[in-house]
Amino acid sequence: MEISNKFVNALIHLLFLALVVVFVFPILLVIIISFTDQSTINNFGYQIIPAQTSLDAYRYIFTSDMGVGHAYLVTIGSTVCGTLISVMVMALYAYPLSRPGLKGKGFFTFYIFFTMLFSGGLLAWYIMVTKYYHMGNTILALILPLAMSPWYTIIMRTFFQTTIPMSVIESAKIDGAGEMKILISLVLPLAKPAIATIALFQTLAYWNDWFNPMLLITDKNLYNLQFLLQVMMKNIQMLSDSAMSAEVASRFAGNIPEDAVRMALCVVAMGPILIVYPFFQKYFIQGLTIGAVKG
Amino acid sequence: MNKRLTRLRNDIPLYMMFIPGFALVFLFSYMPMFGTIIAFKQINMRDGIFGSPWVGLENFRMLMNNSNAWLALRNTVLYNLVFISTGVVFAVTLAVLLSLIKNKLASKVYQTIYIMPYFLSMVIIAYIVYAFLNMESGFLNNTAFVNLFGGEKVNWYTKTNAWPVILFIVNAWKTIGYSSIVYLAAMAGIDPGLYEAATIDGASTWKKIIHITLPSLKNIVIIMTIMDIGRIFSSDFGLFYNVPMDSGALYPTTMVMNTYVYNMMRGAGAAGSGLSAAASMLQSVLGFIMVVSANAVVRKIDRESAMF
Repeated sequence: MEISNKFVNALIHLLFLALVVVFVFPILLVIIISFTDQSTINNFGYQIIPAQTSLDAYRYIFTSDMGVGHAYLVTIGSTVCGTLISVMVMALYAYPLSRPGLKGKGFFTFYIFFTMLFSGGLLAWYIMVTKYYHMGNTILALILPLAMSPWYTIIMRTFFQTTIPMSVIESAKIDGAGEMKILISLVLPLAKPAIATIALFQTLAYWNDWFNPMLLITDKNLYNLQFLLQVMMKNIQMLSDSAMSAEVASRFAGNIPEDAVRMALCVVAMGPILIVYPFFQKYFIQGLTIGAVKG
Repeated sequence: MNKRLTRLRNDIPLYMMFIPGFALVFLFSYMPMFGTIIAFKQINMRDGIFGSPWVGLENFRMLMNNSNAWLALRNTVLYNLVFISTGVVFAVTLAVLLSLIKNKLASKVYQTIYIMPYFLSMVIIAYIVYAFLNMESGFLNNTAFVNLFGGEKVNWYTKTNAWPVILFIVNAWKTIGYSSIVYLAAMAGIDPGLYEAATIDGASTWKKIIHITLPSLKNIVIIMTIMDIGRIFSSDFGLFYNVPMDSGALYPTTMVMNTYVYNMMRGAGAAGSGLSAAASMLQSVLGFIMVVSANAVVRKIDRESAMF
């Protein structure tokens, strides 16, 4: 179906271009502010074309003791470990579910499915995790709560079921391969598209997680980037209060480029996603519609 | 009998594979479910879930008499109703328009850009909103803007009435691209022969949209809407907590069930814990009933699309 009328066609493209501005401008604004000189901001507010630009904000972020570098490491560490662990755990759970005729399959499916319908509530969860599992202020708090997604597990199971012929598994068994070996060297490679998409979405979930640290982390050494950002937002003072090395203090002489620093932090946190996004765009879109595969 | 035993024994490696996932779900989903009994207890952190004394329905009685709880419930339902109804209209419109673009590359570029906000965290989005609304220098408060409209700077973070609109815009900005992609994917399944036949019969593009595209989206629209209605008692915590920066002045229009549950748990002592537990239990039970009934309705409409 296409539009033959040239005028209508142009109108539609115009509308889409306007929408592009709506979607891109806010992000662009944040980036521009991060490069704006603080005195310009003080005089005129945030502008599209700043009178004077400056790299002070980024200099400040990476030289002061705000802990940005450290938070970056925590984010990268928990994202890498978390994604690996969660894809492994989910593939392990999904594979037996995909096998026809396994006894108790219905129970194991219902077991994870039910958690999508009913939850114990925030307080009970919080007390369990902190008081009984003692997971508060540990790196596990950033990894384990997100590791097992029932939804992705069910999607993975469906993918295994529909793309991997049972005959292939049978013949591998006849050749003497164990179940674990079949999963690792046969099923996972065949299911690469689904695994890659789910891994991407888990990476995103870990990278963007501020909720679990907000509940479970108070130790500054375990702040991840998103949580550091959230804390900074709430506590503007923290910027000026954060202990500075003498060298940094003398360079900025008490004039912290507060607004620019805040937006620069934001750029630093979303940067990797924005950079990677165009290249993996296909997988991102695939991931959004992967749920359409009937479970 | 022997055969079945051998089979079961052969399947042991398969059952072992369940263990890590099973354990995680048990720890993070089922234990808290058993923990909901705290809603019937006088909670104190020292005695934990099992040691705290029973108080029957006391927490629920308090909740019923708590005006903020009712406010949160009202806000949650109202926001969801607005988000659901407008979301469908926007997303379907956008999907139909996207499908009209001849140039496939342009269409891909547009889609890619519209979905982008979906992948940003609510903390980041809160910063973006702050860049617009901040009292001292926010974009809407910058010199040029204020001069242009001859007004004064507005402290948006205390302007209660503005927030339903602001949150609506933010939510639309974040989710429209994503939901339009879902509809676009559904449209890919329409038989192209239908359009060809319509063209031969001399139907205009508009006619084709009205008589072919929209009717074939009817089922998925109904199903998505019902599923959303099933989640009417829950809300995106990040949207209502981070974006208004948890500003107390804004609570009348920004507090929803999820933020109420969190704020009661964090800041209001033992009484708050009771309210929090009671509210989240109520939310879970109501949510469960809603989702199961929504699913039953979907099953009636289209068996294939039911979740279970």
